[in-house]
Amino acid sequence: MIRFDQVYKRYPNGREALSGVSFEIEEGALTFLTGHSGAGKSSILKLIALIERPTRGQVIVNSQNTAGVKARGIPHFRRQLGVVFQDHKLLHDRPVADNVALPLVIAGVPRREIDKRVRAALDQVGLLGREKSRPLELSTGEQQRVGIARAVVAKPTLLIADEPTGNLDPELALEVMKLFKRFSEVGVTVVVASHDVHLIGQVGARRIVLEHGRVAAQDPA
Amino acid sequence: MSVRAYFSRHAQVFVGSLGRITHQPFASFMTMGVIAVALALPLFLSLLLQNARNATGNWNEAYDLSVYMDKKASAARTQALAKQLRLRSDVAAVRIITAEQALAEFRSDSGFGSALDALADNPLPDTLVVTPTLAAGTPQGTETLKSVIAAMSDVQTVQIDTDWVKRLHAMIDLLRRVLLLTAGLLGVGIVLIVSNTIRLDILNRRAEIEVMKLVGASDGFTRRPFLYSGVWYGLGGGLMALGLVGVASTVLARPVAQLAFLYGSSFGLQGLKILPGLAVLGLSVGLSWLGSWLAATRHIRAIEPA
Repeated sequence: MIRFDQVYKRYPNGREALSGVSFEIEEGALTFLTGHSGAGKSSILKLIALIERPTRGQVIVNSQNTAGVKARGIPHFRRQLGVVFQDHKLLHDRPVADNVALPLVIAGVPRREIDKRVRAALDQVGLLGREKSRPLELSTGEQQRVGIARAVVAKPTLLIADEPTGNLDPELALEVMKLFKRFSEVGVTVVVASHDVHLIGQVGARRIVLEHGRVAAQDPA
Repeated sequence: MSVRAYFSRHAQVFVGSLGRITHQPFASFMTMGVIAVALALPLFLSLLLQNARNATGNWNEAYDLSVYMDKKASAARTQALAKQLRLRSDVAAVRIITAEQALAEFRSDSGFGSALDALADNPLPDTLVVTPTLAAGTPQGTETLKSVIAAMSDVQTVQIDTDWVKRLHAMIDLLRRVLLLTAGLLGVGIVLIVSNTIRLDILNRRAEIEVMKLVGASDGFTRRPFLYSGVWYGLGGGLMALGLVGVASTVLARPVAQLAFLYGSSFGLQGLKILPGLAVLGLSVGLSWLGSWLAATRHIRAIEPA
């Protein structure tokens, strides 16, 4: 569960990215954040992942007020969520399996267990058998799916994705979105920021439309 | 996490960081080389100094006093004085060299035999060689003894040839301090060198560190491989330093033995022993670890995903 309560975010350069944003996302729901670039989608995701802190207002993630999470507690906080980036953010000098395994290694999961779960995650995104490949040997779409496998491998309760289909052709994009939908169907709360209204329409899920740092519409409200 | 898992994770990171170092063999070799030179220099000097002290250590016992009797003093008077001196608590032994003995010795040693024959009288006085006790054998002790004996009747002069020994010891002491100072500075140098190497390494891997932080890695976890890199640099540099000192000792061993032989000594250059060698390795690893810790703690904290 995620709740934003009158959240303001002003960056050090004076730009106000969010101006009194309030919404609530239920557990296990798939939600799209849409709007033009600069509307505040990325800021919302950054506040959820504690990459940024709100200037004002409350951000509650998994029933936990993020204001109460101190700097020392951030690593632990982040382990309960998976993050997917537009530019994948994979480590190019390591094979796919190591990239996917990273959250498990950090969490201290035993080696044997890691191998099993990495294969399971790669299977979910349709990349089983590519464990030993280097990220650059894969297509953009495959790299994005490696990023998704890494985000879900530690079985987070919350998955957030920032423009995950930005670099993909429509067909691949739809496939990735369906993947997110499948995760939400097994109980993971999924928040996807995307400006691709057409694509979102195809998937069919709740939308929060942002405009100039405010919630302009929610569908369904 | 179980203890076993904890250790196996550390072991993985430890070996992994070695792998990373060997990926850039030249740069790593340079860093280790700088550490090695910075360590080898004071190490080798201290080895030489230690050897110099070993060689001159027993010269303390050379603080004998030569007491030259007045030419007019009789042999009986010389005997009496020797007896008197032997009773002193600060005197260990007194040896009498009569004027005749001294002349005979001088005749055979100096090669001036025929010239001495031309002399009507023996120009040499009776001499007492006074050896102070171990307790009184200090520079001050012998100095006191000297003034006491010099004040006795029928004593012409008292000589102690200790000035050069004192100077030598003062010089060795000075060198030792210079060495400590140099070693300290070079130690700081090692910390800075490793710190800088690790800093560059961290900046090169900025993207990776950001990703790790995003998926929930703590600063401590992120820092660990860099600390282990520091340990490897220290270990490599330390081993190289020992190698350098070993080579230098081997190269110098023969000339030193030759020189000592010419001085009629069986003195041989002492190499580095195992325990000090291990201590050097420990020091190297410690300093290097400190350098990487300083850099990693500071720079990893500064990297935050944006």
